[in-house]
Amino acid sequence: MGRVVLVTGVARQLGGRFVRRIQREPDVDRVIGVDAVPPAHRLGGAEFVRADIRHPTIGKVLAEHAVDTVVHMDVNGTPLGKRGSRATVKETNVIGTMQLLGACQKTPSVKRLVVKSSTSVYGSAPRDPAVFTETTPPKSLPGGGFAKDAVEVEGYVRGFARRRPDVAVCVLRFANILGPCADSPLAEYFSLPVLPTVLGFDPRLQFVHEEDAIEVLRIATGEPVRGTLNSGTFNIAGDGVLLLSQAARRLGRPTLPFFLPTVTWVGSALRSVGVLDFSPEQIRLLTHGRVVQTTQMRETLGFQPRYTTAEAFADFARSRGAGLLPPETLARTVDRIAALMPAGRGQN
Amino acid sequence: MADAKVIPFGDEPRSKRRAKRPARGGRTGRAAAPLAPVPPQRDEAQQASAPLEGGGEQAAAAPRQEQAEGGWDRKLAHGLNFLRRRITGEYEVDDFGYDKELTDQVVLSLLRPFKEKYFRVEVKGIENIPDKGAALIVANHSGTLPVDGLMLQVAVHDHHPAARHVRMLAADLVFVLPLINELSRKLGHTLACAEDAQKLLERGEVVGVMPEGFKGIGKPFSERYKLQRFGRGGFVSTALRAGAPIVPCSIVGAEEIYPMLGNSKTLARLLGFPYFPLTPTFPWLGPLGVVPLPTKWTIQFGEPIPTDGYPPEAADDPMLMFNLTDQVRETIQHTLYKLLVQRRSVFF
Repeated sequence: MGRVVLVTGVARQLGGRFVRRIQREPDVDRVIGVDAVPPAHRLGGAEFVRADIRHPTIGKVLAEHAVDTVVHMDVNGTPLGKRGSRATVKETNVIGTMQLLGACQKTPSVKRLVVKSSTSVYGSAPRDPAVFTETTPPKSLPGGGFAKDAVEVEGYVRGFARRRPDVAVCVLRFANILGPCADSPLAEYFSLPVLPTVLGFDPRLQFVHEEDAIEVLRIATGEPVRGTLNSGTFNIAGDGVLLLSQAARRLGRPTLPFFLPTVTWVGSALRSVGVLDFSPEQIRLLTHGRVVQTTQMRETLGFQPRYTTAEAFADFARSRGAGLLPPETLARTVDRIAALMPAGRGQN
Repeated sequence: MADAKVIPFGDEPRSKRRAKRPARGGRTGRAAAPLAPVPPQRDEAQQASAPLEGGGEQAAAAPRQEQAEGGWDRKLAHGLNFLRRRITGEYEVDDFGYDKELTDQVVLSLLRPFKEKYFRVEVKGIENIPDKGAALIVANHSGTLPVDGLMLQVAVHDHHPAARHVRMLAADLVFVLPLINELSRKLGHTLACAEDAQKLLERGEVVGVMPEGFKGIGKPFSERYKLQRFGRGGFVSTALRAGAPIVPCSIVGAEEIYPMLGNSKTLARLLGFPYFPLTPTFPWLGPLGVVPLPTKWTIQFGEPIPTDGYPPEAADDPMLMFNLTDQVRETIQHTLYKLLVQRRSVFF
């Protein structure tokens, strides 16, 4: 008998792609996609159940379909579409997780739980160590926004794991997910024609490619391969680091530095005109940066990302089109200068 | 022996200074007369210049003049290549934000005149730093501003046969201040915490630490060359865990660059700094007061103290920690006294 997988948050791009991917797994019988709104994209052969995870109905869905694997992807930083409010998102993140976990606890058929979390649980502070491991306690707990939601979600998941020790629980802390279809606030930020930055800070950023994100979710959902363990908490990030300045140059978008106190105003101004949903935690990320260690991901989970941070970013950059200062043009200009210089002639 | 070394150093700078100035002007693009003997460009003449540095100045001058024409071409092409990589973002930084290219080609070149001409740093015992593998350099800290850390970094890079880069551990204040934190990360510095230090040592880097911290750098002038408490000796347990040898390092000359006669506690509290120095020139002369006194420096590296002979649980043995910390501290203190006795004057 094959497995029955329930995926929450399928109305989002990543959830939809994951549903389409997981159906192709040989040992998966049925996939049930759950979201409060019907998805705009196709879910392939998966059944879509329109249910709000904040309501106890989710328990009925679990029991009815005898679900054995729950993939909780409805933990998000931003509302889906332009209309939702931050309060709804928070409620879906926190109350939704509580309801879902409560339902899982009541459903004896559930054997595996995968939760999509975020590296934002570590916060971003100047007094933190440069590289976070899974066990690093954050120096300053995220005060609000998505990061706080993620911390609370993880807290509930830990509680659930204590109460149902027979369920394999896997928490994946993703770095910022980027790729051609990315719709995260950071992707929106990188799509601005001019990137506002914080004067005097050049944060280190890490990215995961969408395909890698889906692949690691697949590994976490299935039975562990010999010699690996897919329950526990794992940081998921591509290799290497990009500085924000470097990212902006590779993207070909000029940066506009602001003093740290004024950045918050700029952020809220951009948010109020609806250009960008820029939360204080985003600003903190773009001030102090965040880098996680992925040794556990490689050695315990047995996952090797196909894209490095730089490659994931390059793929994203290709999908966004050229900025105001395309790096190719700049490089050509330098080459032309080099050719004009008497000195450069022999060289290039 | 010490005197023999000091004398050539004293009159070498003047001849060098005259030689370097015309070269500097030309380098910025005026392509002026390549008449003067061109000092070797650091980045590409690294290997060539290191052995020449000491006595071969005259011998090397003649062939260098012949090469000048071709050298300029090369340098310009090299500079344009560098510019091309920088503006297109095609360079690598490590997880800690260390930008090797920028450090080697720009920042170290800017700091080098200070090391060679201004403070005339004499380096002794460089062979005590291993050519390969991890080592923890433990140095005294002084001088109101952490100039000693920067000079230590340049000195090790320039004098060590393997041109090793010291990864300095910096106080958390550094990572709060705009611009300074950015530069510091790019220079390869990271926060002075056990996690970061251990990660760097495990990667086989040379890590530099000044365990006196603010107590050392912000001590009044009357207490110069009196080592303060070495924190809690955390550096010893980190070195033990990584099995890295501890290299004691004594820096003479940094104490007198900004003689700190007073400390305005009120201003310090207002600005959030651990101390606010009052020197004979600062803040009375405004920006002029920030010019350090041109003292003569000596950096002496002592015999490495091996830490690999201990069992793994030794890192948690407080008695051993205190003993090793004291041993390192005593070594540095005695070397400081020895160097002070040998020193002829503060400025020469």
